[in-house]
Amino acid sequence: MPLWTWTGLKAGKAATRWPHSGSDGQQGVLGMPRLDIDKCRSGCDLCVNSCPTQAIHQIEAEPVIDYGRCIVCQRCVEECPEGAMQSSYDWAFGVRQRSDLTWSSALESHEAEHLRKRIASSQRRSLHIRHVDAGSCNACEAEISALDNPFYNLHRLGIFFTPSPRFADLLMVTGPVTAPMHDVLLATWEAMPEPRSVIATGTCAVSGAPMDGGYAGGSGVEKILPVDIWLPGCPPNPAALIHALLLLLERMPQRVSGGQYAE
Amino acid sequence: MSMESSLNSCSTRLVTVDQLVDVARECLNQQMRFLMAWHDWEDQECVVRYLLSQKGNAEFVLLEVRGTDTLPSLAAVVPLLGWYEREMHDLGGLEFSGHPEPFPLIIHEGFSISPPPLGRTTADDHLQGHLQGSYEPPSMPEVQSDQVQDLYWGPVRADVVETGEFHYSYIGEAILHYHPRLFFKHRGMEARFAGQDAARSVYLAERVSGVGSACHALAYCQAVENAWGIEVPLRAQLLRVIIVELERLYNHFHYFGQLAKTTTLKVGAATGFLMEERVKQLAGQLTGSRYLRSLLCVGGLRRDLSAEHLASALEGIIDEGEAYLHRLHQTATHLDRLMGTGILSREAAFDQGATGPVARASGLDRDLRRDHPYAAYHKLRFNVPVREKGDAMARSEVRAESLREALALLVQASGRLKAGPVQAEYAPPPGEQQGLGWAETPRGTLMYAVRIRDGRLQRVKIKSPSFSNWRVFPLTVHGTNMMDYAINEASFGLTIAGCDR
Repeated sequence: MPLWTWTGLKAGKAATRWPHSGSDGQQGVLGMPRLDIDKCRSGCDLCVNSCPTQAIHQIEAEPVIDYGRCIVCQRCVEECPEGAMQSSYDWAFGVRQRSDLTWSSALESHEAEHLRKRIASSQRRSLHIRHVDAGSCNACEAEISALDNPFYNLHRLGIFFTPSPRFADLLMVTGPVTAPMHDVLLATWEAMPEPRSVIATGTCAVSGAPMDGGYAGGSGVEKILPVDIWLPGCPPNPAALIHALLLLLERMPQRVSGGQYAE
Repeated sequence: MSMESSLNSCSTRLVTVDQLVDVARECLNQQMRFLMAWHDWEDQECVVRYLLSQKGNAEFVLLEVRGTDTLPSLAAVVPLLGWYEREMHDLGGLEFSGHPEPFPLIIHEGFSISPPPLGRTTADDHLQGHLQGSYEPPSMPEVQSDQVQDLYWGPVRADVVETGEFHYSYIGEAILHYHPRLFFKHRGMEARFAGQDAARSVYLAERVSGVGSACHALAYCQAVENAWGIEVPLRAQLLRVIIVELERLYNHFHYFGQLAKTTTLKVGAATGFLMEERVKQLAGQLTGSRYLRSLLCVGGLRRDLSAEHLASALEGIIDEGEAYLHRLHQTATHLDRLMGTGILSREAAFDQGATGPVARASGLDRDLRRDHPYAAYHKLRFNVPVREKGDAMARSEVRAESLREALALLVQASGRLKAGPVQAEYAPPPGEQQGLGWAETPRGTLMYAVRIRDGRLQRVKIKSPSFSNWRVFPLTVHGTNMMDYAINEASFGLTIAGCDR
C-alpha cells in the first residue's frame, strides 16, 4: 500500500504565493474586453449588436460597456473593425460599487464609507465563507472549489469555507437567483450573524446576464441582498476570486474604476 | 420523405397514439434503446418524438406521434421515459395517462407558471409568464413508522456544492428510501434558445453546464451543422476532439480528487484536484479559457489553435497522472470503500437509462464516439472500457481507463494536425430545418435536437447525461447505509446544472 503522506511530502509545496509573489496561474486566460475610445469609429454599432448579453450600449455615438453583464465571449473584439475593442487579461474585476463596472470617460470619485470600512477592518485577518448556488451553470462552483486545491490553497490567506451560515462572515452567491432559490438565499443570509458581507460571484449573480429575462432565471442578487463586492466573470477565475476576497478584506486594492482597468 | 424537414441520422416512423405502447414494446424486443423524448409545437400541432439507438447501427430510430397532446404513458414499459414525460407535462402542458409517478418534477410543489413555458404558443410568447411560488416540501408517498427518521438535507448543503435537496428515510445507519429533489436551478435554458439566431447561440449552450461547456458547444454546433448541411474542415474536427478531450481529462481528474475526498484520502484528493488545476491552466494557455469556452462556432472554430506541441506540454501530466491512478489502485483503504458500494445492475442501468461511465460500469458497452462517430473520432483509435460489477469500484475503473484513453487521444489528435482552414463557409438557408447533434461527454450521452426557421431557433431540446444518471442514482441508495452515501454519489460524478437546465 502506498504511503500517501510520503508521496505528499515528496511532491513538495504546490501552492503559489500569489498575490505576494509567484504566478497567479491565469497565464493566457482572457478577461473582459478593453475599450480604446480613441480608435472607436463614431456612429458604428457593430459591437453593440455583437453582444449576446446586451452589455454594450451606445450613448451619444460612443459605446458604453456594462462589465456586470459581460460573459467574456470575445464577440465584440472579433466584430470591431477598428480594433477599439481589445482582448485583455483583465479579470480582477471585483468592485465595491456596482456603478464601477460601467465604462465611463470621466472617472468618478466615490464617497468614502467610513462605517463600512470600520466593520471590514474588524474582519481583516480571517474570514469564513458560506457559498450558496442560486442557479449557476456550475462553472463558478468549479472555480470556487479550486480555491481549496493545492495551487491556490486559500487557507494560507486565513480564509475558510464553513458549512453553517451561523459561522459565516461572508455569503458568496453564484447564479442569477432562480425563483425556488429566492427564499432559500434570504433564509441563509438571515441565519448569518452580523456584520455580514455578500459577494455577487460571476456575471449572472451580478446582473443575471445571460440568464435574465425568460420564465425562470432571475436577474442577480442586486435587488435581493446588500452586495459588498461585485465580481463579474464567466466564470471569475480563482485568482479573480482571491482578489475579490482580499479586496473585501482591504488587503488588495480595487483594480477597476469607472469601468476602466488600472494596471 | 413525406415530411417537410426531417432529422438527420434517423430513420423516422410515424406512430399513432393507439399503436404507441405496442411499438415501444416491439422496439425493446428488437434490442433498441430509448435515448430521450421531447415535444414540439409545429404550427400549433403537438409533436412528440422518441429517439432510440439500434444495436450495431449508427442510424438512430425516431418515433413521431403527431396531432395530440394527450398520450399514453410509456413509463411502465420504458421506465427511463418517466422523467421525460413529467418534464413534458410540467413545461409543455402535455398529459400522459396512466403515469406511475404523477408528481411534479421541474416545477416544484408550491410553484406554478402559466401558461406552460413550452406550451402551445408562438416563439415570442416564451418570454411571457414567470415561475412563481414559495417553498413546499416534496409530495411523495411517505414512509411511516415510529422507528423511521426523516432527514431533509439541503437545498443549501455543507461544502461548495450545487443546490439540491435530498430526503432520506432511515433507521439508524440503514437508508430505507432516498429521494433527491432537483431543479431548484432550473433556468429555462431550452426556452432561452427560442427565437435566437442559430448561428450565434453557442454561448448559451456553453452555459448549460459549466464543466461540460465544450461538449455542449460541440453537440449544439453539430446539430445546427447537420440541419444546414455544413461540412466542417478536418483541422477544425481534430481541434474539436482536442478541446473536448481536454474537458474529459480535467473532469476525470476532478472525479478522482472528489472520490478520494469521500474515502478521506487527503493527499489523494489534493493530488487529483492539483492535476485538474494543471489541465485547466494548460487549457487557459492553449485556448484563453479554463473552461474551453468561446472557441467553437457553427462551421468549425472561431480561431485556429496552435496545438501541434500539445503532446510535449502533456508529458508531465501523463506521467504523474499514471502514477496517481496507480497509487489509488494500490490503496486498500480506498478500494475497500468502493468495492460492493452502490451496485447498479445491468438491467436497472438499461431500463432506467444510465449513461456514460455509469452505464459502462454496469456492462452496457456504449460510447457515442465509437457507435455514432462525430468530429474526427472515426479517424482515431481508442478503447471503450467496460466493467460488469456495477459498483463504485467498477465506475472508478471505467473512469480511470477513460482518463488514460483521453490522454492517448490528445496525443494522437495533436499528432495528426495539418495546416488548413478551421471554419467552413456557409450561408444560413431559408425555410425550416431540423438537426440532431450529440457528444459523449465525460458523464455520458449529450444530445441536442434543434428546429430552425429562417435562421432562428424554434425549439431546442437538450438531453444531458446528468438528467439520465440522476434518475438512476437513487436506485443504488435505497437499502444501503449512510456511511457509503457520499462515496457512492462521488462514484457517479453527477452535475446538477446539466440536469436542471
